[in-house]
Amino acid sequence: MTVPPDDPAIRAQGLVRSFGPVQAVRGVSLEVRRGEIFGLVGPDGAGKTTIMRMLAGVLRPDAGEIDLGGIDVVAEPERARAELSYMPQRFGLYEDLTVGENIFFYGELFRVPHAQRRARSGQLLEAAGLAPFRRRLAGQLSGGMKQKLGLVCALIHTPRVLLLDEPTTGVDPVSRREFWAILYDLRDSGVTILLSTAYMDEAERCSRLALLHAGLVRTCDTPSGLKRAMAGALVAVVAGDPRAVHAALAGAPGVLGRLLMGDRVHVRVDDSDRRVPELRALLAGRGIADAAFTAIEPGIEDVFVALLGPEEAA
Amino acid sequence: MFERLRAMLMKEFLELRRDRWAIFRLVVPLLIQVIVYGYAATFTVNRVSTAVLDLDRSQASRSLVSHFVATGRFDVVDVADRQEQITRDIDSGKAALAIIIHAGFAQYLYDGKTAPLLVVVDGTNSNTALIALGYVGQIVAQFQAEEMAKAWPAQSGAAPATVAVSLQERPWFNPGLEDRWFFIPGVLGTLTLVQVINLTSFAVVREREMGTLEQIMVSPIRPIEFILGKTLPFFLIGLADVVLVMGLGVWWFDVPFVGSPLVMLLGSSLFLLGALGLGLLVSTFSRTQQQAFALNFFLINPIFILSGFAFPIAAMPRVLQWTTFLNPLRYFLVVVRAVFLKGVGVAFLWPEFAAMTALGAGLLALSVLRFHKSLD
Repeated sequence: MTVPPDDPAIRAQGLVRSFGPVQAVRGVSLEVRRGEIFGLVGPDGAGKTTIMRMLAGVLRPDAGEIDLGGIDVVAEPERARAELSYMPQRFGLYEDLTVGENIFFYGELFRVPHAQRRARSGQLLEAAGLAPFRRRLAGQLSGGMKQKLGLVCALIHTPRVLLLDEPTTGVDPVSRREFWAILYDLRDSGVTILLSTAYMDEAERCSRLALLHAGLVRTCDTPSGLKRAMAGALVAVVAGDPRAVHAALAGAPGVLGRLLMGDRVHVRVDDSDRRVPELRALLAGRGIADAAFTAIEPGIEDVFVALLGPEEAA
Repeated sequence: MFERLRAMLMKEFLELRRDRWAIFRLVVPLLIQVIVYGYAATFTVNRVSTAVLDLDRSQASRSLVSHFVATGRFDVVDVADRQEQITRDIDSGKAALAIIIHAGFAQYLYDGKTAPLLVVVDGTNSNTALIALGYVGQIVAQFQAEEMAKAWPAQSGAAPATVAVSLQERPWFNPGLEDRWFFIPGVLGTLTLVQVINLTSFAVVREREMGTLEQIMVSPIRPIEFILGKTLPFFLIGLADVVLVMGLGVWWFDVPFVGSPLVMLLGSSLFLLGALGLGLLVSTFSRTQQQAFALNFFLINPIFILSGFAFPIAAMPRVLQWTTFLNPLRYFLVVVRAVFLKGVGVAFLWPEFAAMTALGAGLLALSVLRFHKSLD
């Protein structure tokens, strides 16, 4: 390609898309660099899938431009599709065809030469741990194996860009780890990956993240950059009754946000040195004497809550 | 273009082969329906249960009753001697028709006056009733002619007061007026249409349901390649249906096939374009196979009724007649019956061929347009 190597792999500008009266995407701009794993993070309905489908060239935006390494995706979706691979939330496998036949079919659709297809499918099946199941019907695979087979089919034509829409939703933790190992290998071989996820632990694995809400990108940075940019400090309050702590801290001075997390409450305060003694006294006054305060590193979920407020992030 | 289409076709046939019941589901219901239509669908009314009340008890009245029995169309189930008995027979359904000969029937006949004969018929099945009444009219007319010949023998020189007109019926193309000859060609069109619409719409909607449609659409395949790959197998299956039903009709039911197989092939191909178009159109309106099923059900009955298969189009209200112009089956039935029984070719059937081509092209174009939209 004639495109300089430091050019972004995907550049989307001002994407807008409505479905009837619902504005799913309200002006989204993104730049995904070559060879990075870029995450779209947001709650259901934030517009993740709609953005993915527009980038894949299956859905026309109402407005906006998409540039994929020099190809205008909106004008020439067919050309773009040869360069990228899109895996929807549920990869469409032919359940009455075998693993091998599914791979063969997708290889034919992308017109991958036979010799190359054989070598690549062997290599991909091996990496995905699916090699022994080549002759099994796709419908008889487990959820995680189906997802990996989908990935193999999506990669058979060696795309430069991989778009994954919530690829590990409903997949067990072991399969998820294996899936991510494959993604890292792909990234190392130079494939640009854009994935959407609702799992915060998965978001942490991305090189950069865009936090989406209600059809807009709220912020975009590396995971550590996002955490640094979060206002205030985070304190975990562990107590016998975390619900009571959560309720007691409502509206307390200096408290910017509260998030109930199992046996603890994450409290975001403007100044931890000053506020922790105050809050301890406040809780003691409400009859909660056993509260333990620990300063913690924020997770992506905390950043998200800080950005949107707990109700909206839920 | 060709490689991707070939990939689609290979996949379709692989899936079909993997489906062990496919051949069974494709062939058996078709065979059963042709056989049921061949044997059971008939307008001929035979063995009408008949009650007789002969109050005249004359030679003439007995002769009239025996005329009825001799045709084989009427079964005398009750010989009554009171009017109430007749009423009960009709009410209970024991008899569908009653012949009531009043006292003095023979006397009136020999006096040259109009002899009253009362025929009561159960009108709950108006079709059977009408046909049975038609037979009654024929039998009575024959009886009358015979009695007149007896009363005024030709030698006597005394001419009868009425002029007898003898009607010679000579139905062309179906000299025996066999219902089967009418039904089997009709069944051919109807069953093929139902089969092809169902197969096409379900197959496309299944891809949508499974998520494979979206997956294929993110490959460089063009929608038209997908549609061709999806419809070509069903086009071939549709042609196989036509051949199967034709074979059954000709060799099992002895329906003559006097036309050209080539004209039949051309007509069937054009008809299948419309059927495929309808199936695709249904698929663009359906997200799930249940929706497609409901839509097909809603579509197929009117297509059947407004096709001229069983109910003459000329007898329909004007507005309904117009709607039949949009029905591919209407034209195909004309073609099938004409090719089977009349043996006419394109020279006579070109208006039907043109109409089917236009309809097929229109339906396919519309469904391809809608298909593009339905991808969003």
